[in-house]
Amino acid sequence: MTTTALGLGLIVIGAGLGIGLLGKGAMEAMARQPEVLSKLQTAMLIAAALIEGVALFAIVIAMING
Amino acid sequence: MKRVLGIILFSLISLLPVAASEHSEAKGGEENNTEKFDPTVVIEHHISNAHVWHVVSWGEGEDKVDIEIPLPIILINEGKFHFFLYSRFDHHTQIAEDNGSYFLYHHGTIYNTDAKGTITEDENGHLINTKPWDFSLTKNVWSMWLSIVILLWLFISIAKKYNGSPKRPHGVQSFFEPIILFIKDDIIVDQIGKEKAYKFVPYLLTLFFFIWINNMIGLVPFFPGGSNFTGNISVTMVLAIITFLVTNINGSKSYWKHTLLAPGIPSVVKIILIPVEIIGLFTKPFALMIRLMANITAGHIIIISLVSLIFILQNVWVSPASIALSVVMSILELFVALLQAYIFTLLSALFIGMAVQSEEH
Amino acid sequence: MDFLLQPDPGLVFWTTISFGILVFLLRKYAWGPILHALKVREETIEASLKAAERAKAEVEDLVKVRQEMMNSTRNERDEIIKETRALKEKIINDARSSAQNEANKLIESARTQIEAEKNAAIKELKTQVAEISIDIAGLILESELKSEKKQKEIIDKYLDKVNFN
Repeated sequence: MTTTALGLGLIVIGAGLGIGLLGKGAMEAMARQPEVLSKLQTAMLIAAALIEGVALFAIVIAMING
Repeated sequence: MKRVLGIILFSLISLLPVAASEHSEAKGGEENNTEKFDPTVVIEHHISNAHVWHVVSWGEGEDKVDIEIPLPIILINEGKFHFFLYSRFDHHTQIAEDNGSYFLYHHGTIYNTDAKGTITEDENGHLINTKPWDFSLTKNVWSMWLSIVILLWLFISIAKKYNGSPKRPHGVQSFFEPIILFIKDDIIVDQIGKEKAYKFVPYLLTLFFFIWINNMIGLVPFFPGGSNFTGNISVTMVLAIITFLVTNINGSKSYWKHTLLAPGIPSVVKIILIPVEIIGLFTKPFALMIRLMANITAGHIIIISLVSLIFILQNVWVSPASIALSVVMSILELFVALLQAYIFTLLSALFIGMAVQSEEH
Repeated sequence: MDFLLQPDPGLVFWTTISFGILVFLLRKYAWGPILHALKVREETIEASLKAAERAKAEVEDLVKVRQEMMNSTRNERDEIIKETRALKEKIINDARSSAQNEANKLIESARTQIEAEKNAAIKELKTQVAEISIDIAGLILESELKSEKKQKEIIDKYLDKVNFN
């Protein structure tokens, strides 16, 4: 239970950092090139979904264990 | 602004009875420990499917009044159909008899039992009685049918407005038309490509609006909303499997070659890469399934937890803060409802787009 | 919370069937007509825009043609006015010069006539003077020739009186 919680926390840190960096990069790119905004948005969402996927597997494991 | 205030006020008022009913129900469930409030029970009760649709209840103990709609139960047990209403389950023993078979209702699941209601448990206290095939028209099924009725009514009436010569859109038509166009042009055509997109447009449009409206119905805090339909794994699994099938049935030759043979890559790497690619075929829809389910369920859990704070702390002065917070969360969830529908549709379109591409990029 | 991850066959069954029917119905009665209408509208708008473009071009052409016509008309008018003015000038000049000639001619002929009349008058006068002189001479001869002296006096007297111009 505690190790699961610890692992979950670590994964959440990782995923949070990942999505944060992704958002930062995307925002900067959007500010620099507003003309490709929609493409950047799509690419950002896809990348976010992939990162989120990792966090989701953590949720699954947490649900199975706890 | 006025409208927004109205919505907030409305949510405040409508959240109160839900909280109250959940509370008294939790108390009813735990006769021995009437003073202690366990939010987990409330949450589990709320996010699970049910064979009865609870409308509202008031009072406590003996005076408790429950207004609920018993739903039809359809069971297949040893090749025999059983069809009866939930109300046949005895209020105290939770046992129902139909054509000589006995069924026990325990925490939202129907088990086989005998006239005395014999149960067998494993060492963890879980029931291990055999289960009949349960095809009951549960709360989630009715909730889904409600959404389907709304969708059909909405879009067929919109479609009728397009009869005749082209003219400026009016009313709901002007609200949905840009959304339809956005999904068609900016999601589907963008990801799949102009020539092949038309085939998938009906499925993806339906998918988007189906997920969206069910997410929204799930956020309505009173009857007939509030069911955790899109947060149920069975539902997201069905949707993810349909996307998986659509993707792979329409997979082009180069897609399969790319996946199964990985051309142009050293054979040592191939040994690692090909299994990864094959696992990837299944992890993509799996992530779709878990993402939608986890997001929606988490939203429900957070809102109920915030309302439960009042009862956990046993302090009426907490209620303004907890209700304000849950209203904020509800507004956030409205956004999440749209976002998850968008993400599910976008990723489905993306997977389909990758599969139908005939030329290597 | 592992119950969250256990699919329920009943719900899977109903969801599959209902969603399938929903896709079918919406495809037939909603998406089909809506997307068709949107496509038609898009095409109509495109066609209308093209038609408007064409009409605009035509109008521009017409404006250009009108401008050209106006310009040419104006030029023509200017030309005509110029010509007319020149013609007027010429006519006036012609009239003036011919009148002058006529006048000159008239004056000339009047002058010659006057000259001729004068000459004729002088001639006549000379003739008359001669005749009168002869008459006088006769008379004198008749009356005065009786005295030589007197004859001479008379002749002188007449001759003094007659003044030739």
